[in-house]
Amino acid sequence: MLRKRIIPCLDIKDGRTVKGVNFVDLQDAGDPIELAKKYSDIGADELVFLDITATHEKRKTLAKLVERIARNVSIPFTVGGGVRSVEDADVLLHAGADKIAVNSAAVKRPELLTELADKFGNQCVVLSVDAKNTEDGWKVHLVGGRERTDIDLFDWVKKAEQLGAGEILFTSMDHDGTKGGFALEALQKVDELVSIPVIASGGAGKEEHFSDLFQQTEISAALAASVFHFQTIEIPELKHKLAQENIPVRTV
Amino acid sequence: MKNIVIIDYGAGNVKSVNFAFQRLGYNPVLTDDPKTIKTADYVVFPGVGHAKAAMETIEAKGLSEVIRNLKQPVLGVCLGMQLMCRFSEEGDVNGLGIFDMDVKKFDDQLKVPHMGWNDVLDCSSIMKGVTGQTYFVHSYYVPINQETIASCEYGIKFSASLAKDNFFGCQFHPEKSGKVGEEIILNFLNQ
Repeated sequence: MLRKRIIPCLDIKDGRTVKGVNFVDLQDAGDPIELAKKYSDIGADELVFLDITATHEKRKTLAKLVERIARNVSIPFTVGGGVRSVEDADVLLHAGADKIAVNSAAVKRPELLTELADKFGNQCVVLSVDAKNTEDGWKVHLVGGRERTDIDLFDWVKKAEQLGAGEILFTSMDHDGTKGGFALEALQKVDELVSIPVIASGGAGKEEHFSDLFQQTEISAALAASVFHFQTIEIPELKHKLAQENIPVRTV
Repeated sequence: MKNIVIIDYGAGNVKSVNFAFQRLGYNPVLTDDPKTIKTADYVVFPGVGHAKAAMETIEAKGLSEVIRNLKQPVLGVCLGMQLMCRFSEEGDVNGLGIFDMDVKKFDDQLKVPHMGWNDVLDCSSIMKGVTGQTYFVHSYYVPINQETIASCEYGIKFSASLAKDNFFGCQFHPEKSGKVGEEIILNFLNQ
């Protein structure tokens, strides 16, 4: 049986791991390679690295970091942050990344998804989408949630799938950093609308939130950062609990 | 030291496969040179992406006959394994025909790609003794057949692994499957 995936997310700034609470205050949470190896050893199913300061000049540094991760870690990982072109993606995939996450660049130029899928296959194209539930419904937000668009979340994920995304990483800006649980309703709706896997992100605060996600939605993966980095939730215990509730997880 | 060659024809996961062997203490050669491939002790044929595009590259580099005629242990990984089959529905392209099976697309009712850790079952040959899950990412599959040495279930049962004479294949990514993957790579290197 396909196992539900537990995915720690490592926000990277200048080669270090950071995690912003509601994407504003940043706290240092360690060395990316050591954290990645630790997560791999204790049973993380995948890793996501988001370079939150990716600029053109820093892309080479990121590629070097990606290569060090690939050299040291034997589970799949996704890299995102500032990928705007096939060339950007090519550098990271060739450094050893398994998947590339694109966010704002795909909103601004949706054909990017098709270009990436045509070149590398849709299995390595992750559409990362940040959205907020506004009075006009769920709207896509850009630049780490700071800039609102008029794009409807549900229209966008459907379109992204058609264009070439192979996976959706949906972060609810309303839930991110609150530790109050995942955006279950919106997540289930996204999951029903697309026939590619969906990763839930934003709101994980305790083990029960993962149980709720996997029991109340069909979502196949959950992503979280600070609860793992600061060991509020330990992955082995989390998986043990989920397994006891008959939620299929991988144990190592 | 075992002379391991990873066929480098531009496939995306060449580096990851290389790193996996390096973590186990080996130092593979990455090449598309037919002579180097032919003289290796072990050959690894990686692959991710689109079957038709990959097959065209293999043909353009003149590697089809080379791979087909190898006598040493050969391991096809993911798309590599699918290209070793007769035919793929992905781009309706003929493969190398080493494994006597066609590659089919998963049912539309399922989430595709089949992505994540799934159980490998009914294990024999290089999969003998393997328990637990390996990491899969694919939209096309090889049905169960007499060359199947491990199965997996996603909507239907399909081949997780294949073997025929000196040729082996993994639908999953052993290079991304943690300790279980390492065990499978070592089993291959014991052939």
